Amino acid sequence: MELLSANPGAAVFAGATDLIPQIQGGRPEPSLVVDLKRIPETSRIEAHNGVWRVGAAIPAAVLTAHAGLSTTFPGLVEAAGLIGSDQIQGRATLGGNLCNASPAADSVPPLVALGADAIIVGPGGERSAPVSEVVIGPGATSLDQAEFITGFRIPSPSQGSSDAYERFIPRTEMDIAVVGSAARIRVDGDGRCEEASVVLAAVAPTVVEVGAASGILAGRVIPTDSARDPFWDELGEAVVSCCNPIDDKRGTAEFRRRVAQVLARRTVVTAARRARETL
Amino acid sequence: MTTTRTGYKWVGTRPVRHDGLDKVTGRARFGADYATAGMLHGVVLRSPHPHAHIVAIDFSDALAVPGVKAIITGADLPDLSDEFGTGSEGGINFRDLSRNILARDKVLYEGHPVAAVAAVTLRIAQQAAEMIEVEYEVLPAVLSMEHAMEDDAPVLHDDLYTLGLDSPPERPSNISRRRVIARGDLDAGWEEADVVVEREYTTKAVHQGYIEPHAVVAETGEDGRSTLWCSSQGHFAMRTYTTKVLGWEPGDMKVIPAEIGGGFGGKTTIYLEPLAALLSRRAGRAVKMVMTRSEVFRATGPTSGSVMRIKMGARRDGKLVAAIAWMAYEAGAFPGSPIGPGVMTVLAPYDIPNVLIEGFDVVLNKPKVAAYRAPGAPMAAFAAESVVDELAEKLGMDPIELRIRNAVTEGVRAVYGPKYRKIGFVETLEEARDHPHYSAPLGPWQGRGVASGYWFNFGGETTATVSINEDGTAVVMSGCPDIGGTRAALAQMAAEELGIDVHRIEPVVADTHSIGYNDMTGGSRVAFAVGIAVVDASRQLIEDMCSRAALIWDVPREEVEWVDGRAQSVTGAAAPLTLEELASGSANTGGPLSATVTVNPRGAGAGFSTQICDVEVDPDTGLVTVLRYTVVQDAGRAIHPDYVEGQMQGGAVQGIGWALNEEYIFDRDGVMENPGFLDYRMPVASDLPMIDTVIVEVPNPDHPYGVRGVGETGIIPPMAAVANAVYAATGKRMQDLPMSPVRVLEALSGD
Repeated sequence: MELLSANPGAAVFAGATDLIPQIQGGRPEPSLVVDLKRIPETSRIEAHNGVWRVGAAIPAAVLTAHAGLSTTFPGLVEAAGLIGSDQIQGRATLGGNLCNASPAADSVPPLVALGADAIIVGPGGERSAPVSEVVIGPGATSLDQAEFITGFRIPSPSQGSSDAYERFIPRTEMDIAVVGSAARIRVDGDGRCEEASVVLAAVAPTVVEVGAASGILAGRVIPTDSARDPFWDELGEAVVSCCNPIDDKRGTAEFRRRVAQVLARRTVVTAARRARETL
Repeated sequence: MTTTRTGYKWVGTRPVRHDGLDKVTGRARFGADYATAGMLHGVVLRSPHPHAHIVAIDFSDALAVPGVKAIITGADLPDLSDEFGTGSEGGINFRDLSRNILARDKVLYEGHPVAAVAAVTLRIAQQAAEMIEVEYEVLPAVLSMEHAMEDDAPVLHDDLYTLGLDSPPERPSNISRRRVIARGDLDAGWEEADVVVEREYTTKAVHQGYIEPHAVVAETGEDGRSTLWCSSQGHFAMRTYTTKVLGWEPGDMKVIPAEIGGGFGGKTTIYLEPLAALLSRRAGRAVKMVMTRSEVFRATGPTSGSVMRIKMGARRDGKLVAAIAWMAYEAGAFPGSPIGPGVMTVLAPYDIPNVLIEGFDVVLNKPKVAAYRAPGAPMAAFAAESVVDELAEKLGMDPIELRIRNAVTEGVRAVYGPKYRKIGFVETLEEARDHPHYSAPLGPWQGRGVASGYWFNFGGETTATVSINEDGTAVVMSGCPDIGGTRAALAQMAAEELGIDVHRIEPVVADTHSIGYNDMTGGSRVAFAVGIAVVDASRQLIEDMCSRAALIWDVPREEVEWVDGRAQSVTGAAAPLTLEELASGSANTGGPLSATVTVNPRGAGAGFSTQICDVEVDPDTGLVTVLRYTVVQDAGRAIHPDYVEGQMQGGAVQGIGWALNEEYIFDRDGVMENPGFLDYRMPVASDLPMIDTVIVEVPNPDHPYGVRGVGETGIIPPMAAVANAVYAATGKRMQDLPMSPVRVLEALSGD
């Protein structure tokens, strides 16, 4: 932290899977790079009293191999397993994926859907903030220069609750989400949706939560496939109203709006199926 | 002497490749692996503008940076006038080549080299390059073919007048050439046609996508003699081109070939070589230059984007009676798209009596195109084979049956002139029709497409040497870089002739000072042309060794025959002499055993391929997934079937990438937006199923083992095969490549 305070041009990194290509791609070089991987808090996975604490510098490959995490947060783990490639996942981390502040980051929507908090340390000590408040725009975070994230607090899902993540890319791997969607669903004993959260990636300057999703889905029995049902149209409209996408080399705004609806539906179906399986 | 045999010991087998161990252990040395003591590092300063006058270049500050040893600009290269050289993929204008390597007066695409710097470290060279001040007068850029061909479009070259027009043009334009092929009577053809289909197609520029970026180390002495280590598809051509651009003598330059990490046609020209050689001359030290991936995309040749309009007519019985093809290909900043082979191949698979084909070569402010695997043919086949598929549908005829009814056969005159010799097109169609893939069931949103393709193949100037070592092992030396397993294939042909184990033969790619001239590895020529030279050299050696055995035994030559690697007495009067014995005793029988053969063979057998593609389309996202894919191709004779299959699969995969997601994307200002493998979306391994292969063998009578080139034909049918499959799955004809999810979803929502 002293280094970061003393060097305004410094950058922190964990896996550096974004930082190194950015430097090579011609972005201004940091005056100093600070590696967080050897700070013990950034590399632990613990569960206490219904809250998981997941270190910010743990490689995605470790997360996807972690049995407890995989059963508790299948959506978050499947998102970590989609970042880059096997090789990239040997380095890439949740903290880096968040602080790179790309609207297309795969692991951020599930963290937001799960209601995770980022544990932030800085010269003033430790504080925490909802993950949804860390990124404020493409490439920009709300962290101060000398602050960094050591880990995430994620509440354990209650019984009848689970999550899912899916992204669209034109290939099968080695790509960046054109659209991503995370869903967390809680169902009651009859399989009826009680509460839902749907969070989208790559359709706005930051990930966006579809605020109306829970209201639309609550009380519904979510089908096991994405067969036509009028409430899907309602969800689709809510999704579109949250989207503020751009046309770029990875896809058009129109394509993103359409596929966001598709992925929202598919992830809700998957999360609901998983949620029922916990009962 | 060796006579024609049907059962082979080595030809048609799958031995471990000779260069395999070095490659899997990392010992093989590619272009960027070379280094010399004290060498400098060179970088290129590139234009940020797609079209601008260079008003002034001031590099005095950059040259003053400690560690900077030399800086060159276009003014340091001789100002060449138009002069054409030959390459294995068509002509090359050295004036344009020079101006592409270092801009003179004008920059013509974003990434066009403006200056080159050599310094003691790469970092210093990069920093110095950023300090070079270039004053540009920015000009309006021409970024689409439609714009380039307009009468009032900004002109890239004010001395470029269209060739091939009916009357000489009065003004310069961006159309460098018009090519026309015509035969028959079109009016009569349309009269006879019961069904006519006319469609327009477009394709985007796509890159060869070789893994290894361009790299060179050049060392030029004070005496002006130089050595280049570089990875290319032909080190003799690298020497010719480099010395031509520099105004040096070819004999003063030695080019040592590195292992090549993919070329696909893109390494048949030069970019860095003259810069490194000249920087080395100026600095008095060796200079190494290696491109970044971004430089490879922005400033080395993709193949052309294209616009094509095809109209074809057929009788109710399926006979194609008339066709018109109008084709325009992007050449990039300088003339020279593959429109020539485009117009020659577009209708070449079919015997159509009445034809008009018109092609245009168009310059615009994008990187100069380079050869890419069957240059010009794949996009043409995308258009023509899509129309054939639509005709079959309208006629209610199976698309393979329609092709069989119109397929060219031996003796038929090709639309571009010559008569076909022995070819295997019909055989590929019949194999495809009878393949279990063609009748396998399909599910919802799944569809099957077929398409065919034709490629000329090439012979070319060739030298090969076969030498016997004193232990009876052999060296097979050629001057053609091995980009597809040709070292193994050449060793197999020599092993078959000499009657020795293929692994007692070391196949070598020799440098420009160690073997006679060879054309580039291109046109799928090496197994064919170099194969002929190696077989001839082996047969000369056998004749020589039989004569020596006759001398030793004191019998007439006729009483000696060569069997299984030994000279044998036909009368049984003497014990056989092995290769080892003849070699170790060669001092007493006339000196070393070695034979060199030079050839420029004609009769490279034409290649045909027919491919079957199954896709599934996700109607919600437009994603096209290739489920199953079969390549049927005539190889003449597969010397090493693994590498023949590898070529067929590799061609298909590149074609599928071209079909589905690959494209150059430029922003409004003409800057490439996706110069990297993240956003230039080549297929990754997990995107594709295993590509099945069926090797058809209709032997080429002009090769001792019947070889036809196999490297290029496989990339020609895939785009149409995929498009026809997407149609079968969705009912939508995709006429614009790539068939990305965005485009497919748009097409699906067009109802």
